[in-house]
Amino acid sequence: MSTKSSVGEFDLDAAWRLHPQVSVRPERFGALLYHFGTRRLSFLKSPALLAVVRFLESEPSARAACARAGIGPSDLPAYTRALATLADSRMICGRTAA
Amino acid sequence: MTVAAEGTRAAGGSLVEEFRYGLDAPICLTWELTYACNLSCVHCLSSSGRRDPAELTTAECKRVIDELERMQVFYVNIGGGEPTVRADFWELVDYATAHHVGVKFSTNGVKITPEIAQRLAGSDYVDVQISLDGATAAVNDAVRGAGSFDTALRAMRNLAAAGFAGFKISVVLTRQNVSQLDAFKSIADSFGAQLRITRLRPSGRGADVWDSLHPTAAQQRELYDWLVAHGENVLTGDSFFHLSGYGQGLPGLNMCGAGRVVCLIDPVGDVYACPFAIHDAFLAGNVRTPGGFAAVWRESSLFAELRRPQSGGACASCGAFDACQGGCMAAKFFTGLPLDGPDPECVRGFGQEALAAVDAGAAPRPAGDHSHRAERPGRRGGPVPVSIGPRPADSPAASRRTAPAHACEENPLAGFTLPAP
Repeated sequence: MSTKSSVGEFDLDAAWRLHPQVSVRPERFGALLYHFGTRRLSFLKSPALLAVVRFLESEPSARAACARAGIGPSDLPAYTRALATLADSRMICGRTAA
Repeated sequence: MTVAAEGTRAAGGSLVEEFRYGLDAPICLTWELTYACNLSCVHCLSSSGRRDPAELTTAECKRVIDELERMQVFYVNIGGGEPTVRADFWELVDYATAHHVGVKFSTNGVKITPEIAQRLAGSDYVDVQISLDGATAAVNDAVRGAGSFDTALRAMRNLAAAGFAGFKISVVLTRQNVSQLDAFKSIADSFGAQLRITRLRPSGRGADVWDSLHPTAAQQRELYDWLVAHGENVLTGDSFFHLSGYGQGLPGLNMCGAGRVVCLIDPVGDVYACPFAIHDAFLAGNVRTPGGFAAVWRESSLFAELRRPQSGGACASCGAFDACQGGCMAAKFFTGLPLDGPDPECVRGFGQEALAAVDAGAAPRPAGDHSHRAERPGRRGGPVPVSIGPRPADSPAASRRTAPAHACEENPLAGFTLPAP
């Protein structure tokens, strides 16, 4: 379930992870991501978003990863949009659907 | 320009600002592995032809790769010269990918046999870029040499037959081939490949032919309109950000990444700000010095200068400046224009005016020349009686041991442009 990837339809309650072909490089502004499969570069524009992405693998849902990274309810919509964009570009993927 | 990865999405102004001030490590870089080449393209950015006897050894190359892995450089754009003529080329490709450094290499196709194509198709971490500068043999071979069109097409057939989807066909846009854009796209589509077009720069041997090969103003407009219509599926290495002055920005970051997020390592280990700027003015250091590449990247005074806020100079008051950023540093430098003025191909025409004021012969000459000896009739005429041998002891290159030269190839990261230092 729930590996929808179009922007805006991100399933916060699903289990996600970084795509196995993606390399993450922390930067002062957040992080750079590079996908060796699509050969695309992307960015995480804040250290908090990097933390969320890092927690995806070990948390049962994206919502839990956000909570663990300290994202408050008022910021959740913005982080959901960021995650949707990452899913759309295949930087992250559903844990059942690598 | 340039920057970074093909297909990069600009994610907002603040990120571009971060990039302008430089990163602790390049996102990717161009690495010319050798100056040796079986061809003698008239516009070669690195004036390639003959191997430099001081080129990095296999062990030295591996040390550089180790550093790139530590710095988390995502991938290298390998070029030359013709990189595949190095005996250790495949060994180095395998070493890089095993160490998490992706490889995209540019080739004229000479070594892309069915067997090699098969092997390349099996790797997720290697991308291939075949150079082609004409959609017909006549246009291509006039620039790249007799038979080079057939060589490139054979390589493409081999890659497609091996199931290598999405390899790149890399075209340098010239006055002779702008009208073939649709034909190039058709060739790419027919192989399931992706078209990549980059800007002709007056670097290397390109300095000698730029006047006659660079697109006319009308062709630039044609190119811009074509990119606006097809840009989503065509890679440009961010080469054409100087055309953003026409209005709508083109896909990509529209900034010069030279020394900030990209750079060039040449065959003898010299590190330059970008592949189009092989000249002492843009030489940051050498990977053979203590501290290696990382120290050059992080401590070079040239790179520190490039990472400081740049002034728009003569362009600052122009309404197009925010879009074009003054164009390409290398293009200005090698046409004798000041770095804080317009690009020679400024879409508002200011470059043309500025060029008219440059005295003949005043433009800096590209450094280093590894051209095959008998082949630069335009330069000095006639074969030189001596061919292979050590450099004369009094040549500037000999005293430094690390001969500078031009970066060649139409490497992906292309187009760096720097607003003035």
